[in-house]
Amino acid sequence: MDNLFILLLLPVISAILLAFIKTPSARWAALILSLIQLGLTVPFICQFIPDGSIQFSQSFSWIDAMGISFQIGLDGISLPMVILTNGLIPLIILASFSHQHKGGFYGLISFMQAGLVLVFIALDAFSFYVGWEAALIPIYFICALWGDGDRIRINLKFFVYTFFGSLLMLIAIIYLYQQTGGNDMSWATLTSMDLAPEVQNWLFWAFFIAFAIKIPLFPFHTWQPDTYTHGPSAGTMLLSGIMLKMGLFGLLRWLLPIAPLGLARFGDLAMILSLIGVVYGSIIAFKMMDAKRLIAYSSIAHVGLISAGIFALNQTSIQGAILQMINHGISVVGLFFIIDIIQKRTGSRNLKDLGGLASQMPRLTICFLIILMGAIGLPLTNGFIGEFLLLKGIFSSGDYGVWYAVIGGTTLILGAVYMLRFFQKSMLGQRADGQGVLKDIHGHELVLLSIIVILVIVIGVLPNGLLQLSEGSVSQLLLQIK
Amino acid sequence: MGAIITLSLLGILILYIGLFKAKNALLPVSILGLVLAMGFQLYDWNQQASPLYQGMVLFDHFSLSFSMLCTALTILILLLSKTYFKAISDNLAEYYTLIIFSLTGALLVCSYHNFAMLFIGLEVMSVALYILVGIRRKDKISNEASLKYFLMGAFSTGFLLFGITLMYGAAGSFDLAALKQYVIANPAEISPLFYAGILLLLVGLCFKIGAAPFHFWTPDVYDGAPILITIFMSTVVKIASFAGFLKLFSMVLVPLDAFWTPVLLTVVVITLFLGNISALMQTSFKRMMAYSSISHAGYMLFAILSIGTTSGSAILTYSLAYGLASIVAFGALILVNRHVGSDQFESFNGLGKSNPGIAFAVTIAMLSLAGIPLTAGFIAKFMMFSQVMSDYHTVLLVLAAINAAVGIFYYLRVVVHMYFMKPGHENTVEFPLNFKIVFVIAVILTFILGVYPNAIVGII
Repeated sequence: MDNLFILLLLPVISAILLAFIKTPSARWAALILSLIQLGLTVPFICQFIPDGSIQFSQSFSWIDAMGISFQIGLDGISLPMVILTNGLIPLIILASFSHQHKGGFYGLISFMQAGLVLVFIALDAFSFYVGWEAALIPIYFICALWGDGDRIRINLKFFVYTFFGSLLMLIAIIYLYQQTGGNDMSWATLTSMDLAPEVQNWLFWAFFIAFAIKIPLFPFHTWQPDTYTHGPSAGTMLLSGIMLKMGLFGLLRWLLPIAPLGLARFGDLAMILSLIGVVYGSIIAFKMMDAKRLIAYSSIAHVGLISAGIFALNQTSIQGAILQMINHGISVVGLFFIIDIIQKRTGSRNLKDLGGLASQMPRLTICFLIILMGAIGLPLTNGFIGEFLLLKGIFSSGDYGVWYAVIGGTTLILGAVYMLRFFQKSMLGQRADGQGVLKDIHGHELVLLSIIVILVIVIGVLPNGLLQLSEGSVSQLLLQIK
Repeated sequence: MGAIITLSLLGILILYIGLFKAKNALLPVSILGLVLAMGFQLYDWNQQASPLYQGMVLFDHFSLSFSMLCTALTILILLLSKTYFKAISDNLAEYYTLIIFSLTGALLVCSYHNFAMLFIGLEVMSVALYILVGIRRKDKISNEASLKYFLMGAFSTGFLLFGITLMYGAAGSFDLAALKQYVIANPAEISPLFYAGILLLLVGLCFKIGAAPFHFWTPDVYDGAPILITIFMSTVVKIASFAGFLKLFSMVLVPLDAFWTPVLLTVVVITLFLGNISALMQTSFKRMMAYSSISHAGYMLFAILSIGTTSGSAILTYSLAYGLASIVAFGALILVNRHVGSDQFESFNGLGKSNPGIAFAVTIAMLSLAGIPLTAGFIAKFMMFSQVMSDYHTVLLVLAAINAAVGIFYYLRVVVHMYFMKPGHENTVEFPLNFKIVFVIAVILTFILGVYPNAIVGII
């Protein structure tokens, strides 16, 4: 069972099957299919040898006349992303259990999963681009169909914004393709070309803007808070948990090896933009009363730090970035799910209307607290390892590393401030409405939050397994850039 | 050649069938005839191609593939026409005859090898259309469209003829091979007449394909004509004109590209922006499609702009993707219009709930027109973009990217209306069998082409 193509095929088949289920029982089918997909991922983890090489690679000829082939494979950078995708999607489906969605909803999620997996395992630019766009269409429909508020305008903005970024990337890809004589699109070829510095400069921007919009980095983030706030919880989880990792992954897989000279020239600027995002996101998160918006802005801060780690360009920081991508995915899904539960119980997610939930929902409070600690980065949680590695790496990068680390380090303080404020306003104090008994979490809610809590602690205590996966590939990547 | 003869005879046969009032035989006979014509084209495919009849026509793979595309699209369009014409006019036989004659002209335009044939082809194609556009005699808008189309068409033909004459004056021949010889033989001393001829010809052809700034007739004519005729005009006629355009430039005028590239570049940029921005402003789906077809003409001109060995297959792929999507989009408009009585975006409201099948097909068509991966439109756009990139028109590509992003706004608007708006009308839109067949074919082909385009990409 080590045929990588199955990981693409199964979600597509699932999507078609699920689209025809018109009853709410589709959620069970969706859960089972996504668990099968997760099960199929396990053999790859077991057989993976973390030596920096590309494994399980497959190549099919695709469009012969244009010399385009379909190439996929796994290495230490893409494997954690595939694990993240296939691991989080069952959780996200579980999180949507109380919403009585029909098959179409889950069909779109499965289709998106296929696109995401393709982005992570693609080893030629054409397949990468196809996956990149294929993941965008379903999330647009998920957020626009099941969202609330001014969903049509907001999601149109999101779509056009990201699509424009993708087109810039497409132009860069086509340029590279023409450089090979118009007959090769494979990652190996495109990343081993000697391009002139001025070419690399604009290639850097074409890729960087596409990825920065997706991540989103300051100042390309303006679509993000609205889309997160008004999307359905499953859509928000997909966007923040997995989809933004496409951008970060794109930096590692494509931008760094293709335009190392552009990176040398503009890397500091990219680093500064990332760090602005850290401070900016944190400060705004502190002012937010809408819990979902708060997490949206905190997400800008977190991914800013991850991207700063990538641009710091050393073994520690990039490995930390990969680990933190997974951590962020886990904790953000947990946090959005908690907000979803609170909103369903009390009818509001505005911090003004909340308070005193701890006394009636002790189990939720404990889970919330642990996930929160992970998001802040307290020791023995997953966030601690990630942020520690990131800051350590940033600290030892170049001349201004100390200052970058100081600014990036504010995330620890600011994060603690706005997260604890969130916890205090919602869980502690007096009940705002002062009446009614709220049911504590139970059933699928308890299962889901327990899984997340376990992951937060297990990765926090034993991060070595995950770090080993990426070690070889990251040093390979750094060698290639130098 | 068999195809063109078959179609000419078929047109006359249909007229006779109409005379004997055998109305039910019209459609089957037309389609059988078209299938027969395609058979002849397939037969010709394997023959050695050489100019026939003193170099009048040439059936090489280039012209045959475009001819087959035009014929196949006409078959799909006729399939949609089963009940359509009956509702708007009594002269049923004339409809089929005129469409078939127009197609005959289109095939001539695809396969000419002599300017005389280009001119005859364009006229046969257009004259039939002048009548078709105005066939709803009592409808003012239809009449206006017809008159406008006729005047503009006559005007552009004038330019075209003038251009041809000037080129004849310089080179002494109408034959493409002779003209090519003339251009290659003495590149340094080409007569100014010839250059003036190129410019006039360019203007005439840009009129036909509806490229800005010669596009003013397009929205009104597309809007005023019966929808089925609009489909025919915006697909078959346009594709044939592009084939003729490309043939002239790739066979004869390549060595002079330093002269005409700046002109065409201006045309392309204006076309892209005018088409897209105007499409953005429309409230009527039909007019939006008209303007979007202008902007697609801009993308298709990319292949002529950076002409090369792959230009032919790039335009062919683009035409196919665009043709399939247009048929679905306009076909859906016919159904919706029949039900609601309006061409506005609002008439699509709630279609996602009431008719998931139509809504899905239209969504795929829109995504294909917007150039989203996994649909034919993406492959087509990709080929066009890489065509332009091979000449390093990077700035043009960035402009094209901006336009493609703008395009998303109006293509998604239909999708928004179908899925996110409450319907103004109650019951479901009728979805007849013939429409189902055409939609299924078009959607499946769009996907196949988008996922595995090998069959078409390297065909020429």
